[in-house]
Amino acid sequence: MLIEVTVNGRRRTAENVWAGESLLYVLRERLGLRGSKDACEQGECGSCSVYLDGDLVCACLVSAGQADGAEVVTVEGLADGESLHPIQQAYVSEGAVQCGFCTPGLILATHCLLEANSDPSDDEIREALAGNLCRCTGYEKIVSAVRLAAMETAVG
Amino acid sequence: MAAVEKPGVDYLRPRTWQDAVALKTENPAAVPINGGTDLMVDLNFARSRPPTLLDLSHLDELRRWEKSNGTVELGAGVTYTDVLEHLGSDLPALALASRTVGSPQIRNRGTIAGNLATASPAGDAHPPLLATGATVRVESMRGIRDVPIGRFFTGPKRNVLEPDELIRSVLVPSARGPQQFSKVGTRNAMVIAVVSFALAFDVPSRHVGTGIGSAAPTPIEAADAAAYLDRELAREGYWEDHRELSAGVVDGFADRVAAASRPIDDVRGPAGYRVHALRVMARRTLRWAWSALATDGIHAH
Repeated sequence: MLIEVTVNGRRRTAENVWAGESLLYVLRERLGLRGSKDACEQGECGSCSVYLDGDLVCACLVSAGQADGAEVVTVEGLADGESLHPIQQAYVSEGAVQCGFCTPGLILATHCLLEANSDPSDDEIREALAGNLCRCTGYEKIVSAVRLAAMETAVG
Repeated sequence: MAAVEKPGVDYLRPRTWQDAVALKTENPAAVPINGGTDLMVDLNFARSRPPTLLDLSHLDELRRWEKSNGTVELGAGVTYTDVLEHLGSDLPALALASRTVGSPQIRNRGTIAGNLATASPAGDAHPPLLATGATVRVESMRGIRDVPIGRFFTGPKRNVLEPDELIRSVLVPSARGPQQFSKVGTRNAMVIAVVSFALAFDVPSRHVGTGIGSAAPTPIEAADAAAYLDRELAREGYWEDHRELSAGVVDGFADRVAAASRPIDDVRGPAGYRVHALRVMARRTLRWAWSALATDGIHAH
C-alpha cells in the first residue's frame, strides 16, 4: 500500500509498504530517518520512541497501515537547525550519552515528561523513563540530564 | 469497499464501528489491531502473518467511556493511560493494574479490550476485572452478547470470541468500597506478572471479589476464599466495628486464595514460588483494603 505520513512537519509518502510492517521500519528503511533506533522490536527498550499524533509510542509497535495519515515527530524533529534542543544539550552536558543507542528514545521520553510536568521529582523521572533501557552507563547521569533540562527549560 | 479508505488485500480501515463489525463477518480471518502492543511483536518476529489486519485504532467512538447506573462502560479503544489518568476513583483496582503495565509508551497504546482479546493468563487487567465482576460486551452481525468475565477466558491465550465477533466494550461496576491490586515481577516496569492478585470490597453488599493472574491456565477468581471472607466478616461482626482483622481471618483467606491457584513452573518463576507469593499478596491486599475501609468509614463509598 501507499502510505502518507507527516514526519517532523513534512509530508512524506512511502510506496509498496506492507501494512503489517512497523512504523519504525518505514521511518528508518523507507524514509531514511535513522534517529529512531531499532533494537528489541517488542516494545521493551524504548529506543524507537516517537510521538504519534501527540502520544509517546514505540514505533516498532505501530503498524505502517495504522500510521497512514498520522503526524509523527522523531528525534530529528527536535533540534532547531544546527542548535540542539535544550534536552539534547542537557544530555551532552551531563555526560548522559555513552554508546548513544538509547539516547534518541530517552530524549523523546524526556520531552514528553517535561511537556506534562516541568518540575518532576526523581521518582517521576524514573517512572516516565521506565520504558527506555540504557545498557552502558546506568541511569544516574540520565536522571541528572533530565533535571538539568527541566531547569533550563524553566529558565528559558 | 466503501468502508475502506485505501483498499488492499491485507489492510482494512473501517470508518465506523458498524463497518468494522461488517468487515469482521466478511473477513473472519482478519485480525483486529488497536494498540498493537501484542500483535506487532508477533508480526515483527514473523511468528504470525495474518492475511488481513482490521485496524480499529482510528475509531474515535471506541476511545470513550460512559458512566451510568453505577457502571463504567469502557469502549474497546480505551487505553491503560486513559484508565489511570481519568478513572482512578471509579475503577481503582483497574487503575492500579494499568499503572503497572509496561511503560508510558505501552500504556499510551495498549487497551483493556486488547488485553482481553490476547487473553494471556498474565494479563494485568484481568484480575481487577474478575474482582469487580466486569462484563465483556461482544458484537457481530448476529447481534450483541454480554459475557461475564468469569466465563470469558477458555484457556491460555484463548477466549470465547467467535471468528465474526469483536469486543465492543467492557462494563465495569464503579467501586463501592476499597480495591487493591498487587503484582510480583523483577522490576516495577516492563514486566509480565510472575503472579498478580486483585481484591475489591463491595461495601453495600458486604461482598469481596477476587482475581488471580499468572497462576492458572487462565485468569481466575478465588471463589472459595471470597465466600469464606464474606462469611467470616459477617459472623464475627467486622462490618459493625471495622476493627482490625484477626490473623486467623487473614490467613484463612490467604490460604484459600493460594489453594485456588494452579500454577506451573516457567521462565518467570517456579510454581511453588507463585503459590507462596500469592498467599503473601492476598494477606497484604486484604489488610490494605480493610484498613482503608476502616479509615474512610464504612459509609464513605
